[in-house]
Amino acid sequence: MPMAQANESPIKLYSKREKIYPKRVSGRYRNLKWIAMIITLSVYYVVPFIRWDRGTGAPDQAVLIDLTRARAYWFFIEIWPQEVYILTGILIFAAVTLFFVTSLFGRVWCGYFCPQTVWTDLFIWVERLVQGDRIKRKKLTEGPLTFEKLWKKALTHLIWIAIAWCTAGSFVLYFNDAPTLVRSFLEFNVSPTVLTFIAGLTFSTYLMAGFAREQVCIYMCPYARFQSAMFDKDTLIIGYDFVRGEPRGHHKKNDTWEGRGHCIDCTACVQVCPTGIDIRKGLQMDCIACGLCVDACDNVMDKIGLPRGLIRYDSEKGLAKEQKAKLLRPRTIYYAIILSAVGMLILYGLGTRTLTEIHVMHDRNPVYVRLSDGKIRNGYEVKILNKTHQDRHYSLSVSDLENPEIQIKGAGDFSPLDLFVSADSVADYRVFISAEPQKNDRNSIIFRIEDLGSNITAKRKSIFVSR
Amino acid sequence: MNDDQKDVDKVSGVETTGHEWDGIKELNNPMPRWWLWVFYITIIWSIGYWIVYPAWPVISGATKGSIGWTQYKKLADDQAEIIARQTIYMDKFSRASFQEIMHDNELYAFAMAGGQAAFKENCATCHGSGGAGNKGYPNLNDDDWLWGGTLEDIHFTIKHGIRSIDDDTRLSEMLAFGKDNLLKPEDINAVTDYVLTLSGKEQKPTYERGKTVFQENCASCHGLEGKGLREVGAPNLADAIWLYSGDRKTIYETVFYGRKSVMPAWKDRLDENTIRALTIYLHELGGGEPDKPPLQQEPVNADGTGQ
Repeated sequence: MPMAQANESPIKLYSKREKIYPKRVSGRYRNLKWIAMIITLSVYYVVPFIRWDRGTGAPDQAVLIDLTRARAYWFFIEIWPQEVYILTGILIFAAVTLFFVTSLFGRVWCGYFCPQTVWTDLFIWVERLVQGDRIKRKKLTEGPLTFEKLWKKALTHLIWIAIAWCTAGSFVLYFNDAPTLVRSFLEFNVSPTVLTFIAGLTFSTYLMAGFAREQVCIYMCPYARFQSAMFDKDTLIIGYDFVRGEPRGHHKKNDTWEGRGHCIDCTACVQVCPTGIDIRKGLQMDCIACGLCVDACDNVMDKIGLPRGLIRYDSEKGLAKEQKAKLLRPRTIYYAIILSAVGMLILYGLGTRTLTEIHVMHDRNPVYVRLSDGKIRNGYEVKILNKTHQDRHYSLSVSDLENPEIQIKGAGDFSPLDLFVSADSVADYRVFISAEPQKNDRNSIIFRIEDLGSNITAKRKSIFVSR
Repeated sequence: MNDDQKDVDKVSGVETTGHEWDGIKELNNPMPRWWLWVFYITIIWSIGYWIVYPAWPVISGATKGSIGWTQYKKLADDQAEIIARQTIYMDKFSRASFQEIMHDNELYAFAMAGGQAAFKENCATCHGSGGAGNKGYPNLNDDDWLWGGTLEDIHFTIKHGIRSIDDDTRLSEMLAFGKDNLLKPEDINAVTDYVLTLSGKEQKPTYERGKTVFQENCASCHGLEGKGLREVGAPNLADAIWLYSGDRKTIYETVFYGRKSVMPAWKDRLDENTIRALTIYLHELGGGEPDKPPLQQEPVNADGTGQ
């Protein structure tokens, strides 16, 4: 009785997820999707094994993030932790590329290249292989627990976990020398850290591609949301030609097409959709632009003898028959400009990257020391960065200070004329500089190092505190 | 189904709690299932804690727990772990001589790190966290040493202290020339001005008188030229560094009242390895002196220890 009191239908803020069983489809976009999957997965699994010779003392893995030694390698690029701005630049570049491509071609990233899409697609493929197509899967899942259901479900999950494990295993290879790690896997001699990472990533891959699927795109992914902001009426989208399609309705063979639309309401486009939407309702946030509904509809159109393209890849203007999609628009032009500017900045950063650096930190306590002969001594922490792959010797000098006396402290005897820094590392030197008391409290001075072999110099400003 | 206790919200179709505040009712939505399950699991999990760890108060204290965990034991374990990690170096360090440590990268770094920690904990109170000292507490960064700046000298000073209660302590005294009526006020004024001239200040008319007073009373410890004498910790009066500041008033005070500041002996408070690490740390603050060459002759004023 109380429930019946509600006359108007209640506002539901929560909708329960309906499980989606995407139907198999073949066609142009499905083939593109297979090709994209093969390319992305191959890149993902093969890249850690590509070798790149960097000479002795440096890893020969083309793409490697070496966390223990704090170095990142990408083919000819090698960066130290303080050069992480290059990585930031690359991320900004990637972001603007996403904007640029989205404004031109819509959400092609979502439909073809996003890991969530690729792995979900792969998992659905496994599902279909073991359990059959849409109807069979639906029946099996909703039906009673039989032996057939048990082994088919178990096998599916087993294969999923195996794929997820390979995914996680390959991810870890980017942080370790790949052949060595693979060998240690075969010898069952892997560190707990690696195993923990693999376990975590296996679980998340299994969860995301096996269960979460389109919910990631709809509820979790920020890109899906803000890509909408890149759209305009000229952006290419997957769209239903409502002018041609409506009014829709079932159609019997030999019936006339006069006075009705070309959509026969067969719902093929809905059945193949991996996010479970009806594209005929127009552009939706849930649409990842994979184009499978285009294939499905085209196949139907072929069968009933109508031209293809009732659902097609076109701009909103194109779908409304106003005009063809324009690629050259202010929006795409300024994205292109930002993109090339960021790219140039990254190249500039890489081009001007120095292989020798000096960093100087003036002592804070005490800031200066008066010596018995009246001179003033300042202490410094000097770090010399040798980013080359050879051992180097440097000489240290100080300018803008009259008759500075340079003293190096450390285990053993050191001369400022010959400071050793081993290959690809940082050396720390404790430096004392003494001079007559200066007129000013603080005096700018310049530390300079010179590579004794190659005459490459580096300098750094610091201060000499006199009072 | 006619339950008049139930009050269902029209809009959402959800039962309310029945309470009403100014027309606002609270919906009685159930907890999300996953949240509830996590809650149940944590309750089950906590039972494990009761068994494994000390948990329930009893008359004599608390239940002990199956693994016998206590905070004291945890502390002891953590300390043992640190000590075990140190032992690798500590063995080598305790057997090595100062000279060996000074030429071994690892031991040197070990000594500097240990010395710095010990310094902050024990010495910084007086000498400052950077060792820059204060009035009456020597700056340990400079090259002016009262009792010597070689590793051996520093080591001895830390171990036995200065004017401490240790039997082997470094001992000497600057007499209170004014308070104890050893000198007349005019003489003290004259000698104060004279001392200032040693470090380059201009000569006053009483220069000659001051010089005489100095030679008769002060030179036995501070030397004829006021360069000090380390055997008795007499400071160099001719350099740029003053322990109690170098203005005329302070120097006058020093001569009038004397000085005898104290540094405690550390040999019973710190272990030998810590003292050795401290020694190296201090030596490397910047003023450390190289080892003495083998003695060739006895110092001139070896017996002049006061009057």
